[in-house]
Amino acid sequence: MLISIASGKGGTGKTTVSASLTTVWDGPVTAVDLDVEEPNLHLFLNPWIASEDKVYLNVPEVDESLCTLCRECSSLCQFKAINVMGSAILTFPEMCHGCGGCMAICPEKAISWGRRELGTLSTGKSGFNDFLMGRLRVGEAMSPPLMRAVKERLVKNLDHRGGDAIIDAPPGVSCPAVCAVMDTDFILLVTEPTPFGLHDFKLALEAFVPFNKPVAAVINRSGLGDAGVERFCSEQGIPVLAHIPFDRDIAGAYSRGKVIAELSPELRSVFVQLARSIKEMGAGGRDA
Amino acid sequence: MREIVVISGKGGTGKTSLTGAFAHLAENKIICDLDVDAPDLHILLSPDMARTEDFYSGHEAVIDNSRCQMCGTCLDMCQFGAVQFDGARYFIENLRCEGCKVCVSFCPEEAIDFPERYCGQWFVSSTRFGTMVHARLFPGAENSGRLVTLLRNQAREKARQEGHDLILCDGAPGIGCPVISSLSGTNLAVIVTEPTLSGLHDLQRVAQLCSHFKIRVAVIINKFDLNSEQSREIEGYCREKGFSLVGNIPYDPQFTTAMVDKKVVTEVNTSHIAGKVSRIWDQILKLL
Repeated sequence: MLISIASGKGGTGKTTVSASLTTVWDGPVTAVDLDVEEPNLHLFLNPWIASEDKVYLNVPEVDESLCTLCRECSSLCQFKAINVMGSAILTFPEMCHGCGGCMAICPEKAISWGRRELGTLSTGKSGFNDFLMGRLRVGEAMSPPLMRAVKERLVKNLDHRGGDAIIDAPPGVSCPAVCAVMDTDFILLVTEPTPFGLHDFKLALEAFVPFNKPVAAVINRSGLGDAGVERFCSEQGIPVLAHIPFDRDIAGAYSRGKVIAELSPELRSVFVQLARSIKEMGAGGRDA
Repeated sequence: MREIVVISGKGGTGKTSLTGAFAHLAENKIICDLDVDAPDLHILLSPDMARTEDFYSGHEAVIDNSRCQMCGTCLDMCQFGAVQFDGARYFIENLRCEGCKVCVSFCPEEAIDFPERYCGQWFVSSTRFGTMVHARLFPGAENSGRLVTLLRNQAREKARQEGHDLILCDGAPGIGCPVISSLSGTNLAVIVTEPTLSGLHDLQRVAQLCSHFKIRVAVIINKFDLNSEQSREIEGYCREKGFSLVGNIPYDPQFTTAMVDKKVVTEVNTSHIAGKVSRIWDQILKLL
């Protein structure tokens, strides 16, 4: 089962929950950090990194001796990544989405694949668990292509080794978050009981419910704020699988990179129960 | 015209709560929420929407099955896995479609339409602290970078119309496309961080991004007393990089209490927190 931990809003405790769930998970699990803009899961799981590979996107390279400046490529390109200016053809690799249209349409076959670096893909081990992380190059704007590379590696890894995956998804509800949760079997939304938390939780539901997968919530910093989120979940029939109490000690432990499931037997049992509930709901199939 | 963008790298550091307070303290300004993915500033400012506009960006491919001859060219050529075949017909999964037009151009039957994509709405509103420009990107929609650029331009136009010389923006989290768009042309990036391992990590990444675009940086450490050792480390990092540390804010549930009341902290709290935030604002003004 692939479980994505998402949140709508940042800072709700997605990474805290991902790290703790991984630690208490019963059975082999791969922990995956798909928040490639700000990967943090490694700060908690302290993985031993076995390999770090650069990930590239294919972008066009033009052989100017073959180009007749016919502009077929530039009129197809929707991203202004290739353009004729005067008597020169220019490419803008940072704008390119890698669709390959320019190469396919060029009547002179003057375009071949070059590449631009998107970031790195790290693989390793955290305890007995496998660990995967994508890290976007600073200055690179597009995270989904790198996320796709991490997901491909995950699929290979699971084919080879089996087990489940716990995926720390990026915050927000636009393309990166959607890219992270769309191929998973279970979506766990981490929220906090405040007006900001409720507002972003509603946006996240709106984005993720169309995937028609089991969705459940965890309320972090329970006891802070108000009862809006709780009320909304019960109205919408979204099961709240766990409450993580609001506690300065937890916040302090988090700040030092501690996995909070390891702080006390009580907290550990919160996550053990959460893992069990996820497995039960996930086993119920997509209509659960 | 001076522009300040408040960013955080990581979500949940208190960026929006502080931007709200600055909106209260600042004079002669336009307020702008550039966190279009999960906007929250409106929760604190309760805007009256004076103008609502639809936001279209890019296009999406749609297969017309009455014209489709099932040749499969679109499926072969799509680099994004957006074309699907369910055994009876081809269709485009719109969340995967990047709008590159390759399938449209190469379809021998011209059976693929390419309508504009309706991505969200943007607003010009009045609030108790002045005019605000903000937006709502539909969950799952892309091109948030383009929407951010549109909002910035609207904010500039509004500022000219109203004769203000300051634009105060709540930026997006992360370091990808929306943040890059929100930083372009800004005078000062105010980074709100917190004294946690992930706080420092994300601060470094987003600060690197600011340096990359040659934007001046000021730093606020929120909840600094949660982990004083980590706070000192952040202070050291700022000194080393030459970033102005404009203030430390202690952990205080007043921020949440104010949020629950849909107010900003400087409106409801006459204690030292309000004073602290207002001194920080003075420091920021000195940097402009």
